Amino acid sequence: MDNIIVELTGASKTYRQLDALKQIDLSLPEGQVLGLFGHNGAGKTTMMKLILGVISPSAGKVSVFGKSPDSKEAWHLREKVGYLPENVSFYEHLTGLEVLTYFARLKGYNKKAALALLEQVGLTHAMKRQVKTYSKGMRQRLGLAQAFLGEPKLLLLDEPTVGLDPIATKEFYQTVDQLKTQGASIILCSHVLPGVEQHIDRAMIMSGGQQLAIGTLSELRQQAALKVSIKPTGLNGSLLQDTQLAQYWCADSDALLVPEDNKVEVLRQLLAYEHVNDVAVSPASLNQLYQFYLDQKVAVKEAN
Amino acid sequence: MKQILTVANKEFHDGLRNRWFISITLIFAILSLGLAYYGTAVSGSVGVASLSSTIASLASLAVFLIPLIALLVSYDSFVGEQESGTLLLLLTYPISKTQLLLGKFVGQGSIIALATLLGFGASAGMLGYQQGYANVLPAFSLFIGSAILLGLSFTAIAYSISLLVSEKSKAAGLALILWFLFALVFDLALLAVLVSTEDVVSQSGLTQLMMLNPADIFRLVNFAGLESADVNGALAVAINSSISQGQLFALLGAWVIGPLLIAIFIFRTRKL
Repeated sequence: MDNIIVELTGASKTYRQLDALKQIDLSLPEGQVLGLFGHNGAGKTTMMKLILGVISPSAGKVSVFGKSPDSKEAWHLREKVGYLPENVSFYEHLTGLEVLTYFARLKGYNKKAALALLEQVGLTHAMKRQVKTYSKGMRQRLGLAQAFLGEPKLLLLDEPTVGLDPIATKEFYQTVDQLKTQGASIILCSHVLPGVEQHIDRAMIMSGGQQLAIGTLSELRQQAALKVSIKPTGLNGSLLQDTQLAQYWCADSDALLVPEDNKVEVLRQLLAYEHVNDVAVSPASLNQLYQFYLDQKVAVKEAN
Repeated sequence: MKQILTVANKEFHDGLRNRWFISITLIFAILSLGLAYYGTAVSGSVGVASLSSTIASLASLAVFLIPLIALLVSYDSFVGEQESGTLLLLLTYPISKTQLLLGKFVGQGSIIALATLLGFGASAGMLGYQQGYANVLPAFSLFIGSAILLGLSFTAIAYSISLLVSEKSKAAGLALILWFLFALVFDLALLAVLVSTEDVVSQSGLTQLMMLNPADIFRLVNFAGLESADVNGALAVAINSSISQGQLFALLGAWVIGPLLIAIFIFRTRKL
């Protein structure tokens, strides 16, 4: 059985009249990356705070490394947790090295660990400059270095790629993959969906404090029954004359939209054409899945 | 303990870096040297004032300045970190709320304590050189010791303010109001009560009322041992009461620990 790192059972959080989180069930095994998606106010940050033990659930149970994260027993386990908050603004008057050394010491590490991490995130050249002179991307990299302190076994990253340029984003995902290989469990919280798909094992879609869907991307695609986009090139209109294939043709996307179950059959038919140069197969994107579940929620609400 | 020292070290260095330490030390040194040298100017002569009147003048000024400086140094300690997002981040580290608060208190308290010691110590050194250290040192030790406790007390009070509000500007406004109440309004109100009720408030009753204000306890500690000519008003009445200097020091200490415990309680129950 997988070693479960984070487990939420019917976890809810209520602030006075506001239900910030409703009946969340989640179990995150060791070495798995979970993508947590939702618009502003969906409850992502509240869920992260519950997992971090900064707030306590109003109902249900939260367990991290087998302990309630807001309890005293779980206190020393915080050394194994890394967290990057959204829009964190570090001590502006301190240098990057001073900021990271401060956080490293609080986790029981020394300046050496801070120096190594600054090198890893590419901030060595600016480590003696005050944080107030840093660009948004540099601040984000400093935040990531802070989250990576002490090789955490559980990482919670809130909008980690905001402000990062494409190269830094790529490097960030490489680090995520590396940490995952080392056995770290990671929760990636994001509004920015493109690029994240290949780095997550499962996705959780939230809205209004509710869990709309959770599963691997293929499970979610299957559940949503969203069609696969197949785009052949080199057929020059002969496609529309094929009555079997023409039924899938979608002029808007200039591609065939095929149910997942018929994908292989359609591909076979396409490959039988002599002039076909290329066939691009794109399953429903995370963005489409996200939109599907949000629309479904709105439809259910309107029906009620 | 290690966590407390880590936070204290950062706060202390912040105090050095943002010039709080040097500014406070200079203000205190200039004031104390000026008062020691030119304190007699009002009587028409320039020269070293008597020890008693120097301490009286210093205490009269310090009672306004120290609370204000302590509040200014500490009012944004928590609300500032909350606004920038570092408070939430810090609380995900293996550090408890109490440790974080105590760490800040040790660091910022050290800045205030060291600045008070060096700033007022300058005039103690100068007066001791001229009048003999045997007289000057005990009197100044008492003054500096009580001034440090007064500063620490208002630092702890500032923490409660910083933890109660959600915006830095509100904390600044509240800190200013509190300073105004403790440093000015309280004594005026006390005087008004004393005058209007005549014999209703006894001497011991008045002294007990003064214990509700750390600034007044500071005054009592410093004026109790002075020549009566340097002290007047409500204080003169209170000084004749039976509270010893040791007890007054203990009360001033309680005004440090009490607000600190209140701040810890607020922090622990505060929602993030």
